[in-house]
Amino acid sequence: MSLINSTATEALDLLAKGQITSVALTSAYLQRIADTDDQIGAFLRVDADAALARAAQIDQRRQAKQPLGKLAGLPVAVKDVLCDSQTQTTCGSQMLASYRPPYDATVVARLKSADAVLLGRTNMDEFAMGGSTENSAFQLTRNPWDLNRTPGGSSGGAAACVAAGMTPLSIGSDTGGSIRQPAGLCGVVGLKPTYGRVSRYGLVAFASSLDQVGPLAANTTDAALLLEAIAGHDTQDATSLDAPVPRFSAEIDRPLTGLRIGVVREHFTTGLDGEIEHAVRRALDVYQSQGATIKEISLPHSKYAVATYYVIAPSEASSNLARYDGVHYGHRTDRAELLDELATEQKELESAGDREALKNIDNGLVRMYRRSRAEGFGPEVKRRIMLGAYALSAGYYDAYYLKGLKVRRLIRQDFDAAFQQVDLIAGPVTAQAAFKLGEMAGDPLAMYLVDLYTVSANLAGLPGISLPCGFTQSGLPIGLQLQAPPLAEDTLLRGARMYEQATEWHKKKVPI
Amino acid sequence: MSTPYTTIIGLEVHVQLATQSKLFCGCPAQFGAEPNTQTCPVCMGLPGSLPVMNRAAYELSLKTAVALHCEIPTFTKWDRKQYFYPDLPKGYQISQFDLPMSANGYMKISDDKGRFEPKKVGITRAHLEEDAGKSIHDEVTGKADSEIDLNRTGTPLLEIVSEPDMRSSAEARAYLQELKLLLTYIGVSDCNMQEGSLRVDANVNLHLETPVGHVATPIVEIKNMNSFRAVQQALDYEAKRQYRVWQETGQKLGDSPKQTRGWDDATGKTMAQRSKEESSDYRYFPDPDLVPVRTTAERVEEVRAALGELPADLRTRLTATHGLSAYDADVLVNQGPDIVKYFLLAAETSGDYKGACNWVTQDILRSVKEQDVAIDQFAVSALQLAALITAINDGQLPKPRAKEVFELMLVDRMDVAAAINTLGIEQVDESALVTLCQDLLRANPKIVADVQNGKHQAIGPLVGQAKKKNPNADPGRVREICLELVARGE
Amino acid sequence: MAITRADVEKVALLARLQLTDGELKMMTTDLSQIVTYVDLLAEVDTEGVEPMAHAVEVSNVFAEDEVRPSLPREQALANAPGRNERGYLVPPVLGG
Ligand SMILES: [Mg+2]
Ligand SMILES: [Zn+2]
Repeated sequence: MSLINSTATEALDLLAKGQITSVALTSAYLQRIADTDDQIGAFLRVDADAALARAAQIDQRRQAKQPLGKLAGLPVAVKDVLCDSQTQTTCGSQMLASYRPPYDATVVARLKSADAVLLGRTNMDEFAMGGSTENSAFQLTRNPWDLNRTPGGSSGGAAACVAAGMTPLSIGSDTGGSIRQPAGLCGVVGLKPTYGRVSRYGLVAFASSLDQVGPLAANTTDAALLLEAIAGHDTQDATSLDAPVPRFSAEIDRPLTGLRIGVVREHFTTGLDGEIEHAVRRALDVYQSQGATIKEISLPHSKYAVATYYVIAPSEASSNLARYDGVHYGHRTDRAELLDELATEQKELESAGDREALKNIDNGLVRMYRRSRAEGFGPEVKRRIMLGAYALSAGYYDAYYLKGLKVRRLIRQDFDAAFQQVDLIAGPVTAQAAFKLGEMAGDPLAMYLVDLYTVSANLAGLPGISLPCGFTQSGLPIGLQLQAPPLAEDTLLRGARMYEQATEWHKKKVPI
Repeated sequence: MSTPYTTIIGLEVHVQLATQSKLFCGCPAQFGAEPNTQTCPVCMGLPGSLPVMNRAAYELSLKTAVALHCEIPTFTKWDRKQYFYPDLPKGYQISQFDLPMSANGYMKISDDKGRFEPKKVGITRAHLEEDAGKSIHDEVTGKADSEIDLNRTGTPLLEIVSEPDMRSSAEARAYLQELKLLLTYIGVSDCNMQEGSLRVDANVNLHLETPVGHVATPIVEIKNMNSFRAVQQALDYEAKRQYRVWQETGQKLGDSPKQTRGWDDATGKTMAQRSKEESSDYRYFPDPDLVPVRTTAERVEEVRAALGELPADLRTRLTATHGLSAYDADVLVNQGPDIVKYFLLAAETSGDYKGACNWVTQDILRSVKEQDVAIDQFAVSALQLAALITAINDGQLPKPRAKEVFELMLVDRMDVAAAINTLGIEQVDESALVTLCQDLLRANPKIVADVQNGKHQAIGPLVGQAKKKNPNADPGRVREICLELVARGE
Repeated sequence: MAITRADVEKVALLARLQLTDGELKMMTTDLSQIVTYVDLLAEVDTEGVEPMAHAVEVSNVFAEDEVRPSLPREQALANAPGRNERGYLVPPVLGG
C-alpha cells in the first residue's frame, strides 16, 4: 500500500508509532506531485528540499523523544494567500509576484509549531477573487476528476491537490465560498470556520469582515485535525474570538443524538441542477435513517445574499487593495515609460488646445499609482475594486454599502431564528457541478451567482462544511453543505462525520 | 468706504497622545529616530497585517474628552478614510467619522490683558486617528524623488475640532494656549509643536455688515502654521486678505468650494494650494479589522474623578482661597504643570501662597530660564524654597538678605540654614544698632547738618556705611534710628 | 442603475486605476450589469435595521501600551521597488 493512500489521521498514528518516517511520507507526496501536478497545476511552488529537510528534522526529534506538535511530520499545502516569512507570497497576483513578507501569518506559525511539513503554495484566484482559479495571474488549475473543468475557486489549488492525493491536508481561505465551493467541485472536505475562530493575521485580506482560513482534507476527521491545529484566539487579530477550541478530532466519531436538520425551502427553487438536488435529498434520507429529524425551514432573505455580498465584499476589497500602490512593496511601473507617456499626452493636449484636460492631467505620482495598479492587477480584481469604490463613493454609500450592511443583519437574523429550530442546516454547495474552463469567461455576473449557496455563511459569520455526497452521471463530484450556529464546529464536524460514516463517497479516488 | 466685519475662526488641532507605542502596533511612538527604523508589518500596512487598538491611547483620549466637558457616547467605532499618498501606506487612514468617541464639549478662555471678554469655545468633537508618515520633497527643483519615512505612521493623534466660536487671532491664540495647558496638565500630550505633537489648522472667514445685509466670505482652511505666533499672524493676514478679495470680487460663501491655503512664515503670507489635490471623496466606511469600543457612564465618571484639578479650577482656588491676584494666578498656572507642582509644594509647605508665588514668578522662573533646566532639575527644590520662605516669615532671615541666601542656595547648592550660616546672618540687637548709628552720626557732622536743614535723603550714605560695618543691620531700621536721633538732637 | 462612462472614469481615478479605452467600455457594461442586479436590495424593507459591519459582536479589544521590536530597516525596505539607504523613493508629487 502506498503511503499516500492512508488518511492524515492514520499517517499520524503510523508516524507516532515509528512505523513510517516523515521523510518517507513527505517523499511519497512529493513524488505524487511530481507525477501529477504538471497535468493539474495545483501548486504554484513546491519546495521539496525545504520540506524534506523539515521532515528529516522532525524524524530526528521524534527519535530523540523530544516533544512534537499536533501534526508532527504530516505534509500540509498552503494557499498562496497566507504570509510565510521570507517566502514568496503572491496571492496569485502579478502585483506580488516577487513579494516576500517579513513575517509569518498566525496560521502558518501555528502549522510550523505543530511540526507540519509545509510542501508548497497552492494556486488561487488573484487575491481570492473568483470561483474557478482562472483568475490566477500565473497558471490554470484543472479539476482532477475532469481536466477540462475547473476545480472551483478561489482555493482551487488547495482543493485540487487534496483531491489528486498530492497532500493529505491543505489550507484554504473562504470569503464567499472559496473553501467549500472548490471542495464540493473536487469531491473533498472543506470547512469554513466561524468568523473569528481562526486568526486572520497574515491572511492577505480580500474582504476583512468575511474572510476566514480553514482546512481542506480528504475526510472530515482529517479536516477536524487540521482545524484544531490552526484555530484559537490570537491577540494580533482584534476580530479573533476568545473562545476555547474543543478537541474536534477526538469527539468526531461520536454521533449526534436527536439531531435536527433544517432544509432551506429557498435552496430548492430555481437553477438547482436535478442531479445535485437528487444527491442532496438522498443525503437527507441517510440522516433520517440515522435518526435525525428533517425539518423544512425558511431563510427569507437568502435571495438577497449574493447582492449583499457583491456590495460588501468589493467595498472592503477596494479599500484593502488600496495598499498595492507600488510605493512600499509590490509591482511598480517603469519610470521612463511613465514619464514618456505623460510627456506625449501633454504634447497632444497642447497641440489640441484642450486646456481643461491639460489642467487635469495626472501628476507623476498619480500616474505612477494608476499605471502600477493597472499593470499589477488582473481584470477581475480591477472590476471588484471599481465596484467597491463606486459603492462607497459619495452619493452611493447609503443605497449600496449601508443598505448591504442592513440586509446583512436581516440575513443573520434569519439564521438565528432558524437555529432556534434546528441544529444544522443541510443543502447543496453549488447549483451545478464543476463547469468547463473558460465557460464563464466574459460573464462576471453569472460567475458571481455561483456563490449562491455559500455567501450567506460568510455574511452571517457562521461555520460551514462541504463534503462529498455523490457524483453526476458524468463522474463529477457533488458536495453537501452543512451549516451550524457560530462556534458550533463540533456539531458541524460530528454531523458531517455521521454522514461520512454511512457512505463511501469520500473514498472514491480520482482517475488520474 | 470700509465695511465693518467680524472674523469667524474655528480650529482643528491634532495632538499626539503620550503613549509608549503606536496606535495599532507595538512600534515606539518616540520622535527623532533614524528614518524607517520604527516600523513593523502593521504600521507599514503590509498585506495580511492587522491593527489592534492601543489601550492607553483610548484612555488618554477619554481623559481629554472628559476634561473638555465632552459627551462620551457609549458606542464608538473606527472608520477608514481613503486616499492615496506615499506616506499613507495602507491607502487609508484609520480615523473616526460619524460616531467619534466624544463630542459637544467646551473650553473657557480669557485674556489677562482684557483684549476680549472671557468666553466658552465649543468643542465640536474630539476623535482618535493614526498619523501618516513623512515625505521629504525636493523643494529646490521639484524634480528629484521624494523620500518617505514611515516612523511616524500610526502614532496616535487626537483631533480636536472647535466650533467657529473665535472672533480674533488673540482669541485663537488664547484657545491654543489654554488647550495646550490643559493637555499638558492632564498628561495626555507633551504638545511639542517643533516635534509635531501639536498641529493646528484654522478655518476662517469674515462676516460683513453691508448696507444690503449680512454677508459671509468663503471659508478658507489654513495649514502649515508651526507656532502659536504663526497662527496669530496667519489669521490676521488672512482676515485682511479675505476683506481685500471680497472688496475686489464680492465673492460670498457658497460661490466657490472651500479653499486650502498654506502659511509661509518667511513671506508672512498664505498661499493657495493646488485645487486638484483638494477635491477628494474619502469613501469612509467602518474598519472591519477593528471592533467598536463601548464606554459605560461609570467608566466616564471614574475618569472624571481621577482627572484632578484642571487649570481653570486651580486659578479659581488660588484667587478665592489663597488670596492671589487674578493676574498672579494666571501667570503662575500658565507656566504649566511642572512649575505649578513646584509652586504648590512650596506654598503648601510654607503656608505662604503669596510669598511662594512671588519667589516662583520672579527669581525662580528667571533662574530656570537662564540655566535652561527643567524645574525638577533645579538647584533649589520646592522644599528648600519653602524653608527659605519660612525663615523669612519666622524672622530668622531679614528680608533684605534673602536674595543673598537664595544666591548661595542656587549657586553653591546650600540649604537655607547653611547659607544663613555662611553669610553670618544673625539677628542684630536694637541697642547695638543704636550704638552703631550714634557712632556714624558723630563721625558725619555734615550729614547731620543737612538732615537738620530738612534734607532727609542725606541720610542715605549712612545706611550704606552701617551695612558695611554690620551686614546684618536692617537698612530700614538704621534709617529710622538715625532720623530719630537727629530729630532728638543727639 | 445604469453606469455611464464618465462615472467609470471618475471611479477609476478615485481607485487609481488606469484603464484603456477597451477596459473603460467593458467596465461600463459589466458594472452596469452588476449594479442593476445589486439594485435588488432596494426592495428589502430595512427600516430600523442596524447595519452589520462585523460578523461577530465583539467590542473593546485592546493591546497594552508596550513597545515591541520594530523591523530592522533593511528588512522593512527589502521589498521596496524604489529606495535609498534610508527610505522609500517615489516620483515627485509636484512634478508633471
Ligand atoms: Mg484628521
Ligand atoms: Zn509598527
